[in-house]
Amino acid sequence: MTDQQLDQSRLGGFTYDPAPESASVARIADAYGLFIDGAFTDPGDHEQFVTLNPASARPLATVAHGSTADVDRAVAAARRAFPSWSTTTGSQRAKYLYRIARLIQERARELAVVETLDNGKPIRETRDVDVPLAAAYFFYYAGWADKLDHAGFGPSPRPLGVAGQIIPWNFPLLMAAWKLAPALAAGNTCVLKPAETTPLSALVLADILAQAELPAGVVNIVTGDGATGAALVAHPGVDKIAFTGSTEVGRLIQQRLGERGTHLTLELGGKGANIVFEDAPVDEMIEGIIDGIFFNQGHVCCAGSRLLVQESIADEVVRRLLRRVEQLRVGDPLDKNTDVGAINSAAQLARIEELTVAGEAEGATRHTSSCALPTEGYWFAPTVFTDVAQSHRIAREEIFGPVLSVLSFRTPDEAVAKANNTKYGLACGVWSEKGSRTLWVAQRLRAGVIWANTYNRFDPTSPFGGVRESGFGREGGRHGLEAYLDV
Amino acid sequence: MVQVTTTPLRSGASAVRFATRGSGPRIESEVELRSVLASLSGVDAVGADARAAKLATRSIKRSSKMAALDLAISMVDLTTLEGADTPGRVASLCAKAARPDPSDHGVPSVAAVCVYPDLVATAKRALGDAPVAVAAVATAFPSGRASLAVKLADVAEACLAGADEIDMVIDRGAFLAGRLGQVFDEIVAVKAACGPAYLKVILETGELVTYDNVRRASWLAMLAGADFIKTSTGKVPVAATPPVALVMLEAARDFAESTGTAVGVKLAGGIRSAKDAIRYLVLVNETAGSAWLSPERFRFGASSLLNDLLMQRLKQQRGAYVRPDEFSGD
Repeated sequence: MTDQQLDQSRLGGFTYDPAPESASVARIADAYGLFIDGAFTDPGDHEQFVTLNPASARPLATVAHGSTADVDRAVAAARRAFPSWSTTTGSQRAKYLYRIARLIQERARELAVVETLDNGKPIRETRDVDVPLAAAYFFYYAGWADKLDHAGFGPSPRPLGVAGQIIPWNFPLLMAAWKLAPALAAGNTCVLKPAETTPLSALVLADILAQAELPAGVVNIVTGDGATGAALVAHPGVDKIAFTGSTEVGRLIQQRLGERGTHLTLELGGKGANIVFEDAPVDEMIEGIIDGIFFNQGHVCCAGSRLLVQESIADEVVRRLLRRVEQLRVGDPLDKNTDVGAINSAAQLARIEELTVAGEAEGATRHTSSCALPTEGYWFAPTVFTDVAQSHRIAREEIFGPVLSVLSFRTPDEAVAKANNTKYGLACGVWSEKGSRTLWVAQRLRAGVIWANTYNRFDPTSPFGGVRESGFGREGGRHGLEAYLDV
Repeated sequence: MVQVTTTPLRSGASAVRFATRGSGPRIESEVELRSVLASLSGVDAVGADARAAKLATRSIKRSSKMAALDLAISMVDLTTLEGADTPGRVASLCAKAARPDPSDHGVPSVAAVCVYPDLVATAKRALGDAPVAVAAVATAFPSGRASLAVKLADVAEACLAGADEIDMVIDRGAFLAGRLGQVFDEIVAVKAACGPAYLKVILETGELVTYDNVRRASWLAMLAGADFIKTSTGKVPVAATPPVALVMLEAARDFAESTGTAVGVKLAGGIRSAKDAIRYLVLVNETAGSAWLSPERFRFGASSLLNDLLMQRLKQQRGAYVRPDEFSGD
């Protein structure tokens, strides 16, 4: 079936007028310094770089480029803060974490708009997912702070020391929460390095930390690029590195730290398989496939970027899926009715384009939404590839964009074999109304996270992390504490 | 007695596609009915709830809101189903149905008035030439607890009095006990008794409880010849909800795709605000598609909803709310 055969007349007859959230709510400053030892440095003291709004490719603000000396000062501040923070009572640490969680809720609208402006993701997602979840992780780990004795790591487990935390651009605020909340609950002090293209929400979070009167030096936020991150990894005063990002950079970090005794957890790439059996609940399954790959423009390490569908229903699933893809509303991320926003950067857009061209060249059939794309900024229309073979690059490499590869299988064994035929192992989904089959498949999948009849669902009580080249260590849940305790 | 025939299936045709709608009954046996209903996909309740909640966050503003309010007004089945109904009250309701806002000729009339069978003649007289249908609830509404003969007599009387549409209730007891053939046969019989009148089949989803049951009952009613499938009587605590509307709209969409026959969906019970009505229109638009965005395919069974739609309409025009007393009570 080609895109033209989709029945356009039945879609979108009820047009929605623009319903934009106000950009002024973000209150973005012209220039930002670094957050070190409880205060912002003067932007004028640093080399500055520009952060763009990917929906327009226009500058939002300039941000300090953290130098090796800046990282050194940040680590020293964290080191100074560690003795008192690690020995204060757990209930006292919990008090600060609860306060941060509540302040995130109070400033939710501002955070959502900042995140949407800087990242390009739709306001519906920042408002309903990123920001509420960030608060939820702080609430959850606040509860653990005075109960570490009961976390299953023996009596009085000790923190590691200073944690260097490097986070990606796909969920900037949420990843900061995933890193900071368990580290602080366990009694560590932190130096956080936000991603180069999305530093702003972490800087608003810095303001919130100050508002919460978190003791100076407990959290330091150093913006910058890969060089800043490398300086943090190389710093001898750091006891633990937690990195979320690409497998290539993760591998480099692992090599570098292998020479020292620094603790390490990595959350890297993925090529998640969403496995659909013929008895799946069809309407919810279609929504799950859509959420699995088009949530956050597919900039999700655990995205269900490979759809494995049982051959007996493959045509029907593809037909329904393509109809649903046509309905996705692509455009202004600040519009409350937007489903798919902007690609985060020119570099990422180029990578997505390169891989989709490769997909066509290798013989897969491309179906791209006929949606109109804005002329400014970085955009990529939702795309589905059918006739994909296991050997194609689009079935093996992480695209990290709104591109789905559809493959088929006949038996549960074949589904498992195809799902596991990847170097990654972060997440999979299984769709079936038959519980015994779901469990049988789940037991055989090599992935850290397996969703049953849902996808891309996150909860602070549930551990998240990968196996094989998707990394090691867990974030979230009781398990997430282990990454920040000396056990 | 079940008869098993061995006519070959057309290749590529699923059981559902086989059941194409013609002049005669499409389902030949209870076995066939069961196999069609069993072939339907299950509904994941968590996923259905999540989808409905997500669509409820759509933000409808400005001209699209104004268009949605007018569309919603044109889809209202203005309803009064009280023991205390009087001819005077029904006449007043009819006047309002024909001209919801006497001060503004731009306001469309509603789709229908919905009354008990004994008041159909009153409503017909009061409406005169107005482009508003008269719907009668029949078949021992709301419980449906009567013999088929009584139900058919109820329908015949309403039709004789001039009802344009009949809102029947299914036998929920029979459905839940698995006597699907009995439910099907009753709908077929009522449809025949309706003659040219439109048949709306009330599933009473609050008593069916699960979304799987809602989907199966929707298909059963459509296969039996319903022109509309309707959520509720409004007489039990749980009436129309967004996920139930979602499941019924999916059923109507899929039924139209496999049989070529478009069946309408009517939501009834508990829909009081314009905000809720607009949310349901979004559900219709993004589930069944724009072809269902007309009174021929989608209705709201409601009473107080109309006044809120009128109030929100004026608010859109004037930029400020008017007092509720600006609108008549009925």
